Amino acid sequence: MRRALRIYVPLALYGIFLMLPFFWMILTTFKPNQELLNTPNPFWVFRPTFAHVTDLLTQTAYGRWFANTLFVSTASTVVSVFISYITAYAIIRLRFPGWQAVSTAIFLAYIVPPAILFIPLATVIIKLHWFDQLWALIPIYCTFLVPFCTWLLIGFLKNIPRELEEAARVDGASNVAILWRIIFPIAVPGLISAAIFSFTLSWNEYLYALVYMSSSGNKTVSVGMTTELIRGDVFQWGQLMTGALIGVLPAIVVYFIFVEYYVAGMAGSVKE
Amino acid sequence: MTSRPGVLSRLDSPRVLGYLLIAPAAVLLLGLLAYPLFLGVWLSLTSATLGNTGEFVGLRNYATILADPTFRGAVFYSLFYTVFAECGKLVLGLALALILNQRFRGYRAARSLMLLPWVAPTVLSALAWLWLLDPQFSALSWLLTRMHLIDQNIDFLGHPWNARITLIVVNIWRGLPYFAIGYLAGLQGISKDLYEAAAIDGASGWQQFRRITWPLLLPITTILLAFSSIFTLTDFQLIWTITRGGPTDATQVFTTLAYQRAITGGQLGEGAAIAVSPIVFMAVLAFFVVRSVRDR
Repeated sequence: MRRALRIYVPLALYGIFLMLPFFWMILTTFKPNQELLNTPNPFWVFRPTFAHVTDLLTQTAYGRWFANTLFVSTASTVVSVFISYITAYAIIRLRFPGWQAVSTAIFLAYIVPPAILFIPLATVIIKLHWFDQLWALIPIYCTFLVPFCTWLLIGFLKNIPRELEEAARVDGASNVAILWRIIFPIAVPGLISAAIFSFTLSWNEYLYALVYMSSSGNKTVSVGMTTELIRGDVFQWGQLMTGALIGVLPAIVVYFIFVEYYVAGMAGSVKE
Repeated sequence: MTSRPGVLSRLDSPRVLGYLLIAPAAVLLLGLLAYPLFLGVWLSLTSATLGNTGEFVGLRNYATILADPTFRGAVFYSLFYTVFAECGKLVLGLALALILNQRFRGYRAARSLMLLPWVAPTVLSALAWLWLLDPQFSALSWLLTRMHLIDQNIDFLGHPWNARITLIVVNIWRGLPYFAIGYLAGLQGISKDLYEAAAIDGASGWQQFRRITWPLLLPITTILLAFSSIFTLTDFQLIWTITRGGPTDATQVFTTLAYQRAITGGQLGEGAAIAVSPIVFMAVLAFFVVRSVRDR
């Protein structure tokens, strides 16, 4: 009994608070329109319907926005994990002149938030003719992914014992061979952590996509929904919650598959 | 043929290979991060508009925004929002970590589920909150009415102070899992022997927390608070999705106001000055981060 009071009761209260919006998305997705506005109990669905799902997928550009987000998130994850791995390796293992300055610069880059960059970056994007080009979001997202992943991987590579590569070096292996054949396989858990964070961070990104993408065909899920499914004061809540639910799923699925890596990465980022 | 091994081995020297490997990151971050950062400071000193580079005007944009009550309101609410949201996240996150730190059945499932608000895209969960907080059809108002706690719907977002507080609660909702996981990692690093020794000396649970747990969690607290504050101070998604800075600019923050002035209004110079101004507060926070990271 005391255990229940000490653990499960407070845990249940947290659970209700933290899960409420997700519960609400699921409920609204299957509610017919009249139940959204007039219902004896809003926390129940009396006549479930798939109308919002079909409407969203057939009558709006949602499918396109979803594909765009998937493309940008996947590509920026692959690119940034690759760049971050070779950068972290160079900083931790090669100790070239100036590695400490580079390491500090990477760290400072991580704490520069997009909110102070988006205005001047807009003028750069326009000059480069990258405005409203979907692929341009890939290098743009790398600007916040690379510092974060490099920092994460530096912490990870630091803990790999040097004996392994010294043995290989005695056998005449080059630095490049050590980078790919010795360290890379050991670094895989760290790379997975970095990849999941990159994917969820890209999937979550809003400000850059909102400012730099203008045509409907180039929008991401978050941007498309807030700019095209909300018109003035008219909120199509059924469609909006369906879109939110489907849009939340990829991030959550990736998270649940790799939950241990995610938690380890989060814990490591405050400890290292 | 004789020169190839020479070139290769020179390429393989730590110095040359090191610079080669950091080159992609350097080009990317210098071009799309460092340069825009300086350009932002420069823009804030010009009369640039969308489509016009403008001219150097010194500190005029800063004088304009400092005299602007909307900007002063945004400074106030940015700080108010950050301070109270950080306090809430710290207390509730630490409490959750203390619960999760007692091994129990379903520990893993609970820990994984608790992180969902942090993992889910902010704009999408903010939309769910917006619908939950609807002035007419709010399910929360319905529930509170049913429990006879209120007799008419709460206008969560229609009145300045309601909106200000509601946004803080939603921000706490999203950020407390980050504190919980950070603190959980910290708690798991504290040796059980300390508590056993304290228990033998007759220390109560609260005394153990006060004298052992909290002091040992202080370094992690600094890091969590500093990182979280930087991103809360420059939050855009949550506020923009839920209130757009309204009602009547009551929940305007640096980023929403900068967006409105620069992108919607086309006043790039003035917008840049607003966007740059949180750097003053961030520099203080960055100082604490760098110091505590270096101490480790």
